[in-house]
Amino acid sequence: MINVKNLQKNFDGVEVLKGINTEIDKGDVICVIGPSGSGKSTFLRCLNMLEKPSGGQIIFEGDDLTDKKIDLDLHRQKMGMVFQQFNLFPHMTVMKNLTVAPMMLKKVPEADAKAKALELLGKVGLADRADAYPNQLSGGQKQRVAIVRALCMEPDVMLFDEPTSALDPEMVGEVLDVMKKLAAAGMTMVVVTHEMGFAREVSNRVLFLEDGVILEEGTPDEIFNHPQNERLQSFLAKVL
Amino acid sequence: MTLSSLFLAAGGPYAAWFAKLHETFIVNDRYKLLIEGFRNTIILTLGALAIGLVIGTIVAVIKYLAEDAPSLRWAAFLCDVYLTVIRGVPMVVQLLIFYYIIFSHAKDGIPVAIVAFGVNSGAYMAELIRSGINAVDSGQMEAGRSLGMNRLQTMRVIILPQAIRYILPAIFNELIALLKETSIAGYVAEIDLTRAGNLIRNNTYDAINTLFLVALVYLTMVIILEQILKKLERRLRKGDKR
Repeated sequence: MINVKNLQKNFDGVEVLKGINTEIDKGDVICVIGPSGSGKSTFLRCLNMLEKPSGGQIIFEGDDLTDKKIDLDLHRQKMGMVFQQFNLFPHMTVMKNLTVAPMMLKKVPEADAKAKALELLGKVGLADRADAYPNQLSGGQKQRVAIVRALCMEPDVMLFDEPTSALDPEMVGEVLDVMKKLAAAGMTMVVVTHEMGFAREVSNRVLFLEDGVILEEGTPDEIFNHPQNERLQSFLAKVL
Repeated sequence: MTLSSLFLAAGGPYAAWFAKLHETFIVNDRYKLLIEGFRNTIILTLGALAIGLVIGTIVAVIKYLAEDAPSLRWAAFLCDVYLTVIRGVPMVVQLLIFYYIIFSHAKDGIPVAIVAFGVNSGAYMAELIRSGINAVDSGQMEAGRSLGMNRLQTMRVIILPQAIRYILPAIFNELIALLKETSIAGYVAEIDLTRAGNLIRNNTYDAINTLFLVALVYLTMVIILEQILKKLERRLRKGDKR
């Protein structure tokens, strides 16, 4: 579904990504782990071109996203994204947050968009908060709404950028639960995370990024129980 | 009872002052000139505000979008030229240029003055609106883009509605400045409040009553606007807790 070829990214001459190659297939749940500053978030943000790669290609469903002539907005509709800081629209109710994009971009009739939003809100246990404003929600609730907002566009893949890092510890679980359900339902997911438990339990492949390259990748069993690379071993020793 | 008799009926220690006021403002219906001037001042201010808001928003959005859209660089350059020229030339000179050069064939000076003040105000509003846009968290643009909205859609639906709460108080201050600035409209023979007062002073030699009255009218309007602004800011703060 997504084919990453020799992806590079410089910020003002600083090399953050130094040539990343990987493939993400339909139904994959891929966790990206690594120390801070390793380029995990930059890698994820390059997948939907929120960061413009300095080199290499992102092939999404057969189209090269780095091609200047491509309609990025159309492709982004199929790539949901969840941010560390939620980024809900504070001037809109939860319901409006969920329906604004489908109604504007996919011309979904208001009644259908609302029905879909309510159904998904119910699945994350927030059906009663449809008329609340984001500021009235807890962090965990905000992030669940943010996940639903992305899902309302019916994306083919979901990108998660450290979705639980800004949450109080007691709220991490409720967000991870929603993500687990999503994975079980067959959603293709790429998750940048520090939650090793989640990576071990839910993902089918783990990428270990350090210093802008993939140092090791494999199944959770290979990564967590039989790490080969010395840097991965020392990283795991610190975080587990 | 006529207006005239009302003034002359006053007795006591103020009788002389009321007689003077009568002579200055009532004789020959001179107060009607003040009313006309007051009306024109309001028209000039509100007209210029509307034009300034439109120009300011367009310039601010172009400059914001041009930051990472190379195709808009030339438009952003034109905006910069506009900002530099407008802010570098005195308003009176701009007004004279509009009146005697750009619209030298116009029959009615009021629309010309409205455009001149509006074009001037737009330059200041552009900077206010741009700083309001920049005050909105950059994650908002990213969230909009990640859903598939283009930059203009995100700007219209996500960014500008949030920027308004940062911009509104500054716009009100600009409105107050604009109200006082229109007092130079007399340079191009338009009867605004200031010129009306000055004409009456010229005819009656009563500088004290005419000029103080004009000053009092401006002051009252500004105080009213400032009170509205305070209420507005209080309401915006309440909105933050929503």
